[in-house]
Amino acid sequence: MIGFDFDYYRPSSIEEAVSVYQRLEGQGRHPVYLSGSTEFITFARVGLMCSGAVIDLKGIPECRMLAAGEREMTFGAALTLSELDDSKAFPLLGDTGAGIADRTSRNKITLGGNVCSRLIYKEAVLPLLLTDSDVVVAGSSGIRRVPISRLFDREMRLGRGEFLVQFIVGSSYRSLPYASVKKRKASAIDYPVVTVTALAAPQGVRYAFSGLCAFPFRSEAVERALNERGLPPEERIRLAAGMLPEPILSDVKASADYRELVWRLTLTDVMEALES
Amino acid sequence: MRLEWRINGEGRSADIRPADLLLDVLRESFGLTGAKPGCRNGDCGACTVMANGLPMKSCLMLAVEAAGQDIVTIEGLANAPAQRAFIEMFAFQCGYCTPGFILNVHALSLAHPQADEATVRSWLQSNICRCTSYEEIREAVYSVLGSARGTIDATNG
Ligand SMILES: Cc1cc2nc3c(=O)[nH]c(=O)nc-3n(C[C@H](O)[C@H](O)[C@H](O)COP(=O)(O)OP(=O)(O)OC[C@H]3O[C@@H](n4cnc5c(N)ncnc54)[C@H](O)[C@@H]3O)c2cc1C
Ligand code: FES
Ligand code: FES
Repeated sequence: MIGFDFDYYRPSSIEEAVSVYQRLEGQGRHPVYLSGSTEFITFARVGLMCSGAVIDLKGIPECRMLAAGEREMTFGAALTLSELDDSKAFPLLGDTGAGIADRTSRNKITLGGNVCSRLIYKEAVLPLLLTDSDVVVAGSSGIRRVPISRLFDREMRLGRGEFLVQFIVGSSYRSLPYASVKKRKASAIDYPVVTVTALAAPQGVRYAFSGLCAFPFRSEAVERALNERGLPPEERIRLAAGMLPEPILSDVKASADYRELVWRLTLTDVMEALES
Repeated sequence: MRLEWRINGEGRSADIRPADLLLDVLRESFGLTGAKPGCRNGDCGACTVMANGLPMKSCLMLAVEAAGQDIVTIEGLANAPAQRAFIEMFAFQCGYCTPGFILNVHALSLAHPQADEATVRSWLQSNICRCTSYEEIREAVYSVLGSARGTIDATNG
């Protein structure tokens, strides 16, 4: 049971969502946007999240859009991870999303909700980082389309009252070889010890990670080290380890030493697969 | 607020708070106690129901989110092939996880009557059985998919 009351709004357009937010914010109700609402429900139940009003984005057609055109693919933020996987529109995104939680939960968990999750993993963002996707964001000053590198730094940096509408990915990325490998500690359903995603672009292999540090990331310095093809893979990984944006995470799931070992082994396999 | 759902084929309505979970509304407003509270955190699958044909964890859904949807609980699956298979294969011990498993298997057999091993694995990983009846559950699942296949073959033939 959720121990506090809130009002529920389900706007059917972007404009309506923005204006409902502004009105509720003006009334001091601290509204929150929801799409899958799984995290909101589980956090609210134990008092980790509280709000006087929630705005469910699932009724907005743009947030539910899934399109694969010749130049661009569009993924609405309120699409579920199961829908993305089943559509086969973009296998790197579908496969990475399919590693999150379990199938029944993925029938409800959404792309936007996972990327904006308060948890540290946000694995669905990895393919979006690898493909330099654009993010369509809506707020009181209108709708803007921004490169993900300008919005995502450890977490999605949205302005007050803004929400994610869509991610737009170049269609050429669809046919590039990729790897998406999630290493868990014990059971088949769990948060990652590390997740390594990689995409073999013409200029070199791109890499993005979750679980390694306390946030998901793609780093130019790490990528440069891993693409020093003149060096053996172990040496490149050693160099990359020295360039991580933050010391490796150590928590109840895995010590930093264990995480690093799993990361090195996984990365070795991925490099071998994508460089051959 | 007063909301309506179609539950086990019948139109039903109830006064609820927007903060009420579908799990609690099914149990407390409609007496459908087959949806079981386990972890209440999305981890165990005991609370699984079908919403518009998809298995959903009713502890991860606000009742208001499901307004107007077609909800099926275990009470609506009396004598369904999945229920019969679980009985015939002795696919339970204490039975607490069983409604959730049956709902998931029923939804799987409708969505993928020819489901391959990988699909079965992926769908069934959503449910946990503390009594570890997994071997018998597996047999029940394959017998349901077999019977679904039989229906399709019979229809096509
Ligand atoms: C059983 C289970 C296992 C899990 N395992 C994993 C795992 O292995 N890896 C992993 O990464 N995650 C995992 N998760 C966490 C889960 O992925 C997130 O909690 C979930 O993705 C949230 O998605 P949602 O769509 O339900 O989000 P919601 O609950 O709707 O929202 C989550 C947050 O995002 C915000 N938000 C939602 N949509 C938008 C939007 N369009 N614009 C702006 N803000 C928005 C909300 O305000 C809220 O703060 C697991 C969850 C469960 C239940
Ligand atoms: S009670 Fe819903 S998943 Fe455990
Ligand atoms: S039969 Fe007891 S939990 Fe599954």
